Amino acid sequence: MGGASQSTIDLKLKVWRQKDAATGGRFEDYDATGISTDASFLEMLDVVNQRLIKGGEDPIAFDHDCREGICGSCSMVINGNPHGPERSTATCQLHMRKFNDGDTIVVEPFRANAFPVIKDLSVDRTSFDEIIAVGGYVSVNTGNAPDANALPVPKVDADQAFNAAACIGCGACVAACANGSAMLFVGAKVGHLALLPQGRSEHNERVLAMMDKMQELGFGNCSNTGACAVACPKDISFENIVRMNREYAKASIKKRT
Amino acid sequence: MAILDGKVPPGSIEEKWTNHKFNMKLVNPSNKRKFTLIVVGTGLAGSSAAATLAELGYNVKVFCIHESPRRAHSIAAQGGINAAKNYQNDGDSVHRLFYDTVKGGDFRAREANVHRLAEISPNIIDQCVAQGVPFAREYGGTLSNRSFGGAQVSRTFYARGQTGQQLLIGAYQAMMRQVEAGGVQLYTRREMLELVVIDGAARGIVTRNLRTGEIESHAGDGVILATGGYGNVFYLSTNAKQSNATAIWRAHKKGAYFGNPCFTQIHPTCIPVSGDYQSKLTLMSESLRNDGRVWVPKSKGDKRSPEQISDDERDYYLERVYPSFGNLAPRDVSSRQAKFRVDEGRGVGPSGQAVYLDFRDAIKRLGEHVVSERYGNLFQMYEKITGENPYKVPMRIYPASHYTMGGLWVDYNLMSNLPGLHVLGEANFSDHGANRLGASALMQGLSDGYFVIPYTIGHYLASAALPKITTDHEAFKATRSDVEARVAKLMSIKGSCTADDIHKELGHIMWEYVGMSRNSDGLKLAIEKIGKVKERFWNDLRVPGEATGTVNEELEKAGRVADFIELGELMARDALHRDESCGGHFREEYQTPDNEAQRDDANFCYVAGWEWKGDARPQELHKESLTFENVKLATRSYK
Repeated sequence: MGGASQSTIDLKLKVWRQKDAATGGRFEDYDATGISTDASFLEMLDVVNQRLIKGGEDPIAFDHDCREGICGSCSMVINGNPHGPERSTATCQLHMRKFNDGDTIVVEPFRANAFPVIKDLSVDRTSFDEIIAVGGYVSVNTGNAPDANALPVPKVDADQAFNAAACIGCGACVAACANGSAMLFVGAKVGHLALLPQGRSEHNERVLAMMDKMQELGFGNCSNTGACAVACPKDISFENIVRMNREYAKASIKKRT
Repeated sequence: MAILDGKVPPGSIEEKWTNHKFNMKLVNPSNKRKFTLIVVGTGLAGSSAAATLAELGYNVKVFCIHESPRRAHSIAAQGGINAAKNYQNDGDSVHRLFYDTVKGGDFRAREANVHRLAEISPNIIDQCVAQGVPFAREYGGTLSNRSFGGAQVSRTFYARGQTGQQLLIGAYQAMMRQVEAGGVQLYTRREMLELVVIDGAARGIVTRNLRTGEIESHAGDGVILATGGYGNVFYLSTNAKQSNATAIWRAHKKGAYFGNPCFTQIHPTCIPVSGDYQSKLTLMSESLRNDGRVWVPKSKGDKRSPEQISDDERDYYLERVYPSFGNLAPRDVSSRQAKFRVDEGRGVGPSGQAVYLDFRDAIKRLGEHVVSERYGNLFQMYEKITGENPYKVPMRIYPASHYTMGGLWVDYNLMSNLPGLHVLGEANFSDHGANRLGASALMQGLSDGYFVIPYTIGHYLASAALPKITTDHEAFKATRSDVEARVAKLMSIKGSCTADDIHKELGHIMWEYVGMSRNSDGLKLAIEKIGKVKERFWNDLRVPGEATGTVNEELEKAGRVADFIELGELMARDALHRDESCGGHFREEYQTPDNEAQRDDANFCYVAGWEWKGDARPQELHKESLTFENVKLATRSYK
């Protein structure tokens, strides 16, 4: 039930195993046999892990939680693509019917200077929180709000702000970028808040602080390849980077004068 | 048995909260920084509380099991958040939201709490908009609304199908601002494994660092649990994989009463189970029932594909049985109706364990682009999971465990019977009675965090006269050794079953006997079976790897499953003792001739608060009686 066809496939996995950030890693081979094509990619790994545990081996560590493509926990690079080959899809929403019997699948962690490996496929993305902490918000204490309809927001602006705010903070953009840049992540937050009147009063300080922090944390620069937007499971648009560059330029000039 | 006092303030229902806010003691602004508050959990309730308390000047320590606070499961809430704004001019009011919620909860919630929730609801929307939450808007720039189950007005605010995400990001950003300002200290990948009680008051927690395995102690003047619900007791649920009951269960075993554990919500519209590899179930938002029509074939065992079944061969059973609410009948009622149809042999799909949710007529009426604008992301999610296109064929849906109305018992101030232990959001039992209405969970989480706890905890701190303590106190040392011993025990069993094996076994028992409908024999059998599961767990569990020095997810799971087993047993006991049907608690012995829930107000109009009495004895029942002075106790009808 569920999919159009109910069947199972056998796969070979090459999975990156690494004890911790300090130890080097390597690929290990695993057989994943009898996998239902209706299973998700993470459920396939669950099956492999249950077999590993029963065979006395250490299961493969990976981040996951909601398994609905919204929490942004799942990561991993599948056959060279962050979140795997399917567009607009997080790993947890990738289903095995997209693979063929006999396929070899290469699975490795997101790789970026600013995302050190914790174990196997699990990486540390707390640098994203540090970027938000320096300005990714509207500075309004609880209790200070006027009536919600006091300030009308054009639907077009609200919709665009929403599109940027749909970012799940998974870091696929960073993993996809040759420079390990976080410009799409930062651009999405800057765009979300700059497009709304509530976020305008601090927009100069925000973009400067977030960009500075991004660089300080070891993320690279943007060379406009657009690989980030292709890898994004939530279709965050490359326009956000363009908008942020404009915001950044304006804010920099304003700061000097 | 003791009588539990909900500490509801005097006065008329409209004045209680206003008067109470004035009567509560305050903490002087310059004294606030002398108090340390521990917040566990960073969903809507935890993040909003942490941000607001730090804004007020308290010293806040926040803990979450995730790598980032933004990953908490509130993020997955789809449909919306209710508020009595009456922007639609359709007759909504604070009183109507209050009334709908009390009735929706089948008269098992505390009236005063529900009224406060309705009063606060408009402020939540104001606050979120000020933070930049991009709610849906009309072309004129004003906020848009839609309808949810159990209401006849449009009061639900939404951000496409990602309302929880947008609200959580708002609260998370507000909290991160306080992290930068120094008011909040953030501890990620930490799991609370024990509550520390000193002189009868909650004074700290013991946590395990999930990256290193290190056991850590944290002291404070008050502890706030905002750790969510226990829907994962069923193994398969719409909850995230890591959602668990350990924090509230450990607090329960330290003396906090557990309120109404058997009140669980089975959500009617989820993607059905497809195989035993399945790790979770995915919700399809209730908002879909604004435009989708629920049906099954009229004849039993009709295996034709849906387009071959003509309209007069279809039973649109919600519209037939509940003409005034139709497809927007509340969740408990809709789930039960789906189960009846499947039990009659009229279920659809290969397993027969599903009903249709059909958008054919909506697409005809509105066009595919309008349907896509309203529900596009949900349709996409459905297609990814099932491989079927819901624009072309009806969705197949079935009920699944989704939310738990039960939780730790709290008084009007959101404090448990253990002084200093406050419980917010889904983790407490307080506002939804025996059934929660759609789009009310987000409202409650943010109400508790932004607008209730910042007032009530000040009153506690100003009244309690707490001595200063540090983690050097004996109680911390003892609690810490308990935690270490428990971890060592889990590692030492070295049996043959994984934590998932045992969790699945527990889940089957819970779903079969303590799920959508329950009866006395089944519940007794469940208690017996759960006892055996517990025995198997402690004798045959296998946790691979090491407890320290690295990540060990199997050890995390094992600790949580151990607690789910005990909680599952308490749920069955609570369900067995409650000889009535109400809301999500449907006892087959107590139903009306047309299969609706039959309450017994003479004997069960109370909150059951269970007290832990040690491993060797069952919990003891305490009661808080409920009085309804503003909404007349009546049989709920959606016909």
